[in-house]
Amino acid sequence: MLLFPLWKRIFILGLCVIGLIFVAPNLFYKTVEAHNDAITAQERSGMLTDEQAVARTGWPDWLPSGLVNLGLDLRGGAHLLAEVHLNDVYKARMDGLWPELRRLLAAERGTIGSIRRLSSDPGEIRIQIGNAAGLARAVEVAKTLATPVVTLTGVGQNDIDVTAQGDTLTIRLSDAEKASTDDRTMQQSLEIVRRRVDAAGTREPTIMRQGSDRILIEVPGIGSAAELKALIGTTAKLTFHQVVGRATSADQAPGAGQEVRPDANEAGLYYILETLPVVSGDELTDARPETDQNGMPSVGFRFNTAGARAFGDYTASHIGEPFAIVLDGKVISAPVIQTHIAGGSGIITGRFDVQQATDLALLLRAGALPAGMTFLEERTIGPELGADSVQAGVYASIVGFSAVVIFMIASYGLFGFFASVALAFNIIFIIAFMSVIGATLTMPGIAGIVLTMGTAVDANVLIFERMREELRRGRNPVRAFELGFEKAMSAIVDANVTHFMVGMILFVLGAGPVRGFAVTLLIGIIASVFTALWLVRMMIADWYRWRRPKTLVV
Amino acid sequence: MAFRLKLVPAHTEFDFFRHQWLTFWAAMIATVLSALSMFWPGLSFGIDFKGGTTIRTETSQVLDVAAYRQSLETLNLGDVVIAEVFDPNFRADQHVATIRIQAQGEGPSAMGGEQIAGVETALKTIDPAVRIVSTESVGPKVSGELIWTAVWSAIATIIGIMIYIWIRFEWQFAVGTAIGLIHDLFLTIGLFVVFQIKFDLSIVAALLTILSFSVNDKVVVFDRLRENLIKFKTMPLRDVMNLSVNETLARTVATSVTTLLALVPLLVLGGDVIRGFVFAMVWGVFVGTYSSIFISKNIVLMLGVNRDKKKVDPSTKIFGDKVEVMDADNRG
Repeated sequence: MLLFPLWKRIFILGLCVIGLIFVAPNLFYKTVEAHNDAITAQERSGMLTDEQAVARTGWPDWLPSGLVNLGLDLRGGAHLLAEVHLNDVYKARMDGLWPELRRLLAAERGTIGSIRRLSSDPGEIRIQIGNAAGLARAVEVAKTLATPVVTLTGVGQNDIDVTAQGDTLTIRLSDAEKASTDDRTMQQSLEIVRRRVDAAGTREPTIMRQGSDRILIEVPGIGSAAELKALIGTTAKLTFHQVVGRATSADQAPGAGQEVRPDANEAGLYYILETLPVVSGDELTDARPETDQNGMPSVGFRFNTAGARAFGDYTASHIGEPFAIVLDGKVISAPVIQTHIAGGSGIITGRFDVQQATDLALLLRAGALPAGMTFLEERTIGPELGADSVQAGVYASIVGFSAVVIFMIASYGLFGFFASVALAFNIIFIIAFMSVIGATLTMPGIAGIVLTMGTAVDANVLIFERMREELRRGRNPVRAFELGFEKAMSAIVDANVTHFMVGMILFVLGAGPVRGFAVTLLIGIIASVFTALWLVRMMIADWYRWRRPKTLVV
Repeated sequence: MAFRLKLVPAHTEFDFFRHQWLTFWAAMIATVLSALSMFWPGLSFGIDFKGGTTIRTETSQVLDVAAYRQSLETLNLGDVVIAEVFDPNFRADQHVATIRIQAQGEGPSAMGGEQIAGVETALKTIDPAVRIVSTESVGPKVSGELIWTAVWSAIATIIGIMIYIWIRFEWQFAVGTAIGLIHDLFLTIGLFVVFQIKFDLSIVAALLTILSFSVNDKVVVFDRLRENLIKFKTMPLRDVMNLSVNETLARTVATSVTTLLALVPLLVLGGDVIRGFVFAMVWGVFVGTYSSIFISKNIVLMLGVNRDKKKVDPSTKIFGDKVEVMDADNRG
């Protein structure tokens, strides 16, 4: 009992040393943070400013440099909860299907008669045909457009459902296709949001999917939620259209399949364009800021193979005609096609300055969001409020810790001191572990640590009280010591298991700050079992072997 | 003998059932009243649950809440609640206010940046030094869901704990624990109704933490009860319970005290942002301790325990090397 096997001793002490090493970076928070930022900057741009080089050497590379992330409420920043309009994509799919469907049905005009698209829900196409008897043939034709869905659940399902009633044909996405489309839309949205936020160069953003159609975005250090929204919400939807003509007002009625778009630079100038783009920004593979032949800032771009072919074919057959480059619904330039542009690369000239050209290239690279978003939650926390909270939290923690230590020593003497050392290590473990896994510390998280200070000593209190009881029953010190630990064990196990269970529920159901609280609580529980049972036990055993007291006073 | 702080004497013989009509039934009535108070007068829900916007402002000028209200009237924001915040940590020239604005319109979305900018502009007309330090806006769609998340998490917690206690002890103990937890839960909610403290998502987290603290206490008492039931086979259940609570009283008090010692500085010094959260937990320490001593075991006494069939402490299976202890115990 009193003899600790060497491996166990090495294990306990080793863990304590590891804890100390990993907690160390947090004591030099600013230095290490600058060091880490310098490394990130180096990875990103490949070079360092003098300042960054100094920061880089400020913390030795061989030491761990993981820090506890401060949450938004402690650092300041913005939080958004966005809902993605998945239905937008259904509409785009249907609109994309329509020209092909029209062509196929038109070829069958002999049996089907005239065709007319009726107004319908955005996610479906409804077509009225002139000859109701030809409906079966129409369905057959429409079904040729369907392709099987390749998913685990949607085996045997096609991507579109075709139904017919009377003289009307209804085409919509099948459930299996909707499910897989939704998933793609969400992943694409997440990726684009992530790229846009990353491009702004903020530190440690959190971007994650929540539920079926939501994205949680947390960006520390950004000025406000509105700023973040602007960053994400800039759609940069780039399309290339055939120009039909010019107009002087937005009210001018366009022909069928045409639309009126304003010029981005000149007020009062409008273009009438074909609605269906020749090529769209989705097919861009690259965009970068350049200068045109006049030395003006411009944006160079390159299409993928499909885009390059479509663009090449179009330019070959429309030499001498103007075409429009449309960004977010505005015509940024409408050059006349001079030659057949093969190879799929080109240049956008407009009235840009260098910054605008750089931004545009970046936005084009990041691509357009596949669907619109509604922001369900917006939070902004100013940096001063965060700094105040950190200070208040640290101050309160120190006072709380001291109070618990004084109480423990006053109540249990030397054993209370041992428990206090264990408590200190408990907190070190919480912070060290959070640093290693990159967990986020929030204000409720600080409360979680403080609460852990109060409850972590519970295991030791249980043990010490039990020892007292056993001593009162006249047992010798070693027996009392052993029984104290062993008899208290079942209560300690039950107490910590239930505690842990609640922590898990909080972690699963909570979001943001509440989750931060759950994280510190969970780590604290595990750490407290280790420190209270093993560390304290080792300290008491060593003390006992050293002093060999005849009587034991707990 | 060295000095030892002893809040509880080494040996106590309190009869915790003596004033049962008061300690148990009055607490039960208080629980029911607290539960009813959720409907009338009702909790002061924060924007997490009600939707709307909270804006926190800071200024170096002396605050005039009435002037703030007047300046915002022209914006037609509907129900606007403005309150000045006081905190011992604030600097002498730090005057903080919170402005709570009801959810705007019928749509699901939160209040946008333009509207918040509008509020800032309006406030600047009466106090140029005012700054907005934080804003929170929750759309009605999310807030409706959050209420259910909160309710479900509380129910899941209580059921999870019941199952665990049932496995480890007996079903009577599980019922006793659950009623004790419900007592803690509603009395805390009742306190928030009485003081009309803002009840938001973080308070729900505090409530769940109270539950885990409270069950912690109950488990310790039950654990000792189980031990004593084996030791004193013929002693009436009521006396075994009193003995068990008395034996663990020193630990119960010590743990409650250490928890309070840690939490109270946070309550006083931790800033107003987290005060409601910490306040709930501090209160939870009291109600949790109370229900361990005066509620849960009374329920177990009412339900009775089958003393012939004893569950073996399963921790022996996990931690082994207990046989030796049992022997030693019998020898001693």
